[in-house]
Amino acid sequence: MSQPHRILVPFLAAVLQAAVVCPAAAQTKAGDVFPSLAGAGLSGVVPDSAGKVVLVDFWASWCAPCRASFPAYARLQSQYAPRGLVIVAVSVDEDQSDYDGFLRKFAPPFSTVRDQGQHLAAAVGIPGMPTSYLMDRSGRVRWVHEGFHSGDTEPALRREIELLLSEK
Amino acid sequence: MKSAVFLAAAAVLALTGCASFKPVRVQPWQRAALADATMDPNRDPLGRQMAEHISFSREAASGGGGVGGSGCGCN
Repeated sequence: MSQPHRILVPFLAAVLQAAVVCPAAAQTKAGDVFPSLAGAGLSGVVPDSAGKVVLVDFWASWCAPCRASFPAYARLQSQYAPRGLVIVAVSVDEDQSDYDGFLRKFAPPFSTVRDQGQHLAAAVGIPGMPTSYLMDRSGRVRWVHEGFHSGDTEPALRREIELLLSEK
Repeated sequence: MKSAVFLAAAAVLALTGCASFKPVRVQPWQRAALADATMDPNRDPLGRQMAEHISFSREAASGGGGVGGSGCGCN
């Protein structure tokens, strides 16, 4: 191999390798500031959550684990809302009728809104369905949980919520 | 020289491709249709068993029938 080739070939190979690895979409993670729910164009009433611990859960009527999560969130709501927890369940359902039917069936005692354009879900970059984000009183994401596993997720959520509620 | 030209052409193609390339990935919040019961390959166990029987009889092979659940990717 001649001298120019000895430099050129590895350089081009490196460029090729770098080009193939395209950057992935950003995902909101612990430590990030969660996007404002009030400015996200959600349909429904977004509760006032200033200075409170907030649990935002992305769900859909077609997502089986989401069905299991709603009774657990109802228990968390009744136990921790008086101490300053706000639960907001954000639906990514495309059809209003699916959203309404699900809410009729489960009648959740916490706030539910619909991200009809799925813009918030895209902005947050949720990794799976369902995914929940727990924010501290300053609005910073402290815990991200993907999926809902009966028996595991609820105790883990309780631990994190207790920790954040105890912070002033 | 030929290999350098080939690599240069491949690099240019890959770079320009990356500039406009959006990987086709169905996002988690877009999987309503995939989560439908009709997307479950095992929604008709008897029919599936018969189809598999025909398949492995014809192809002289068996097994590798896939995984459970539908395509919503939940959990």
